Amino acid sequence: MIELRNLYKSFEDKEVLHDINAVFEEGKTNLIIGQSGSGKTVLMKNIVGLLTPTRGQVLYDGRDFVQMNKREQVLIRREMGMIFQSAALFDSMSVLENVMFPLDMFSDQNQADRERRARFCLERVNLKGAENKLPGEISGGMQKRVAIARAIALNPKYLFCDEPNSGLDPKTSLVIDDLIHDITTEYRMTTIINTHDMNSVMGIGENIVYIYQGQKEWQGNKDQIMTSTNERLNSFIFASDLFRKVKEANGNA
Amino acid sequence: MNMILHRFLAAFGQYLILMGKVFSLPERWRMFLKQYVKEMSQLGVDSIGIVLLISFFIGAVICIQIKLNIQSPWMPAFTTGYTTREIMLLEFSSSIMCLILSGKVGSNIASEIGTMRVTQQIDALEIMGINSASFLILPKILGLLTMIPFLVIFSIAFGFIGAYATAIMGVITVDDLTLGLLHDFNQWYVWMSIIKSLFFAFIIASVSSFYGYTVEGGSFDVGKASTNAVVRSSMLILFADIFLTQLLS
Repeated sequence: MIELRNLYKSFEDKEVLHDINAVFEEGKTNLIIGQSGSGKTVLMKNIVGLLTPTRGQVLYDGRDFVQMNKREQVLIRREMGMIFQSAALFDSMSVLENVMFPLDMFSDQNQADRERRARFCLERVNLKGAENKLPGEISGGMQKRVAIARAIALNPKYLFCDEPNSGLDPKTSLVIDDLIHDITTEYRMTTIINTHDMNSVMGIGENIVYIYQGQKEWQGNKDQIMTSTNERLNSFIFASDLFRKVKEANGNA
Repeated sequence: MNMILHRFLAAFGQYLILMGKVFSLPERWRMFLKQYVKEMSQLGVDSIGIVLLISFFIGAVICIQIKLNIQSPWMPAFTTGYTTREIMLLEFSSSIMCLILSGKVGSNIASEIGTMRVTQQIDALEIMGINSASFLILPKILGLLTMIPFLVIFSIAFGFIGAYATAIMGVITVDDLTLGLLHDFNQWYVWMSIIKSLFFAFIIASVSSFYGYTVEGGSFDVGKASTNAVVRSSMLILFADIFLTQLLS
């Protein structure tokens, strides 16, 4: 479980995050949603430690990441997996080498065992046969799946995904969403997904935090979204005709 | 003026902090050695071709120019060979060769690390709990420091071969050239060349890495960082050359 307590972040005079309090539960797909520029990427970076909050606490199973020394932070980071918006695969390495990389760095297994584990992770994301390809030779969807395989190679307790569906077609996005959801449930991970893809929200949103202008505006799940009376949330979620019609149909049912 | 000084000091401070992060013990020696060997190949072995080519032609051109412009009947016959040797040993094979390498290797380092920065590959390393500065930059610095003495020696050798090539063209006789190359040879000059090149190699690798590592933005900024890396490291090599020449002569 990851908990945020009174989290603030400012860049010089500009306050980007204001008093964020939220709980992200274990074994659930937790979503951070919000418009572009609302501060959700900054929030994610504060949670994973790429930025340091101006004030507040980021608790990993009760341990405050902000107060930890470098050594403790490194140890926590080895329990994290992250899928970046751009996949962030190492482009000089093959698919297999990318997945083996965290194992090469931190695992004491021998070469054969590390390779076996990497191949298992690739099979888990349905990427058997692409082991020797370079990231530039595979599609965006496949790159995201390699990123997922790399993120789960060390069996992390915490999985972070920064706009994992960005640049993908709706069908591939669904595959990625389902994969992240299945892996989260299977390994009982605390997963936080940063997204503004409404299909993801409606598909895998078990715990949703809506950020509006750097503040937590609403928290609930995908079913509660349908009945929410929060105007800002509704204008964001139901901005498209399709979702407006879905809501109306739900209301009429 | 104040603004420029402030920017310089801020950048220098950032550079020192980065170097502080770079010089730490590798987390995995196995991975470090793999990276180190890769960098020696990428930065050193892959530069051999251009070093040999340029040194050969410069050696030949120096020999021709000296013969045409300085050599005269009342000067000893070995003057051309002697001067060619001194230029190659004292300046070309260390300073000028490193200036050329700052273009090739420096832009390569800055654009590689800069691209890793803007495509979040460095963030990915940090998230894994890896000291990205040390993981990426230390093997580059040590790899180039290891390879540069070899490049200097190859450059000197191919400069001389280029000079001998002019003998085939009839510019100078082989005997006169050999006499000049061996005349009053001071072994220290070879060491001086190597020592200077070690300093220059450190400048090329560390300054270029700094510009790549601190890139913010997109591909345009990576290009700018790459240019800055080459310009700044070239300037620093020229400044360092003055002090090192004074110090080591």
